[in-house]
Amino acid sequence: MESSEATRQPVLQLTGIGKEFGAIRALHGVDMQVLPGEVVGLMGDNGAGKSTLVKIIAGNFRPTHGEIRFAGSAVQFSRPVDARAVGIEVVYQDLALADNLTAAANVFLGRELKRRFGPLALLDHKAMAARALELFGELRSETRPDDLVKQMSGGQRQAVAIARTRLSNARLVMMDEPTAAISVRQVEQVLGLIHRLKEQGVAVMLISHRMPDVFAVCDRVIVMRRGEKRADKPIHETSPEEVTALITGAKEAA
Amino acid sequence: MAMPMESPISFTNIGKAKWWQRGIFASQTGYVLIALAVLLVIMHFASPYFFTEGNMQNVAKNFSFIAIATLGVTFVIITGGIDLSVGSMMCFSAMITSMVMTELSTPGSYGASLFVHMAADGKTVLANVPGMILLVSVAAGLGVALIAGLVNGFCIAVLGLSPFVTTLGMLSIVRGLGYVVSNGRGSFPGGPDADYFYALTSGDVLGLPVPFIYLVVLALAMAVVLHHTSFGRHVFALGGNEKAAELTGIPVVRVKIEVYVICALAAGLQGIIISGWLGSAPANMATSYELNVIAAAVIGGANLAGGIGGPLGAIVGCVLLEVIRNGLVLAQVSSYWQQTLVGVIIILAVLVDRVRSRMI
Repeated sequence: MESSEATRQPVLQLTGIGKEFGAIRALHGVDMQVLPGEVVGLMGDNGAGKSTLVKIIAGNFRPTHGEIRFAGSAVQFSRPVDARAVGIEVVYQDLALADNLTAAANVFLGRELKRRFGPLALLDHKAMAARALELFGELRSETRPDDLVKQMSGGQRQAVAIARTRLSNARLVMMDEPTAAISVRQVEQVLGLIHRLKEQGVAVMLISHRMPDVFAVCDRVIVMRRGEKRADKPIHETSPEEVTALITGAKEAA
Repeated sequence: MAMPMESPISFTNIGKAKWWQRGIFASQTGYVLIALAVLLVIMHFASPYFFTEGNMQNVAKNFSFIAIATLGVTFVIITGGIDLSVGSMMCFSAMITSMVMTELSTPGSYGASLFVHMAADGKTVLANVPGMILLVSVAAGLGVALIAGLVNGFCIAVLGLSPFVTTLGMLSIVRGLGYVVSNGRGSFPGGPDADYFYALTSGDVLGLPVPFIYLVVLALAMAVVLHHTSFGRHVFALGGNEKAAELTGIPVVRVKIEVYVICALAAGLQGIIISGWLGSAPANMATSYELNVIAAAVIGGANLAGGIGGPLGAIVGCVLLEVIRNGLVLAQVSSYWQQTLVGVIIILAVLVDRVRSRMI
């Protein structure tokens, strides 16, 4: 990967992000940055503020305090579509796939390719299938564009959901618990998919409870606890034991 | 690092589904179509009258009378909704159409001077522009359906009410309005354009009943819309996973309102066609037709849970119901058995699909 100044500029930079829901302080003073091609693990127990943080970055909530900079410029999202427009994609925990449609249809859902026939704009099935096949190829997933998602394995579903983020050339992909409910072999596939994204210079935020997965793919791990960032360390400077201690509060900060 | 761009992916682990496990062959519509073919063969041997031209025309006409509304309700069912108000809507649209037609054709009544004038003999009423009254009255009939469809869609998509409850309410509202405007009396399409009206609703073209021609045209249009436009894709996505549809940026509210409007318009058109065949629009017309329409859609393979359905299935369901009805008459079985048998077939069709999807 090139390491010129331009590419080392953080793709995402949060400064002093805080969020209050009425009297509840869900997030407080979170600073963090993510570099292009970097895989960052976001860990924390339930209620630690992980999902609030993800939702703020994805444009579901607006932060009460602080500033979000994306690729160097300050941004404000009022809807998820705004975040997607600048290049932030989220792979949701339940993947947000329509089972009754084909892989290609799911990849292009909401942004179908069309061809004009006089006054009619009809779907361009061929182009969508070809592009989807190309994306699955990049992700090295054996997925046929014309197969129904209903008939697919967990790993293939992940590939479809991730291929969707590749369509728009996203610069930051956030993955919410992608390995939570799938088999060991499929976990391998998903981690492989994360490597593919990294190779292409895409920053990935992996939100996960599974320690082995985080240590397998992440360059850096961020631990949240009680709405605050308690640790932000390169993966090789920490250990699963330390991260567990940070998550549970046995160790306050690192 | 450059991306190693390998040649097309090899599928070492993932086999391709066999042709009989894909598309129509793996759908309930396919099985019911086979059942229908078998039934037609049986009918052919059971009754020499079945495959006569007259009887075929009858069958074609009769199933066309619910099939257009079934196409409309199939849209709603694919999104995972339901519309119980189609029967009432048929009646109300038909009623408004024939009332407006009669009103505009009666000299001296409100607005009639724009459309008709008295002939020199002082008795015959002549149209100013032939066909204009027909156009306006059909537009009025479809207009009320459009409004009711918009109300259904608004309540369901914007206010978030359950489709079952909303359309159950609409069933009663629209039926009640029908009685209010007509005082419970039937209305008859009349005036100088009535002949056009009958020709366009119950006539024949080259031996084909016109309702059947409308049905074929609308079904083809529906197939194109469902499978080759982004609207159709969104309709399926909505039924498959509504949350996913929302997250991917599909205009869920708009699509939902549109399907209820389509359904109401289809029902309205169906009602207008039926009234042409009956020669009147009685206030109790099409009572409980919603059940036949939904039954036909479900038999043809539309899944009430959403995400599956199509025009072929809707038509196959309607044909099957009509062939059974017709067959029972030809076999001189009491027609009271028909309803019982329809119920059995609904359950059988869904059961076969259930067993099949477990086997794979």
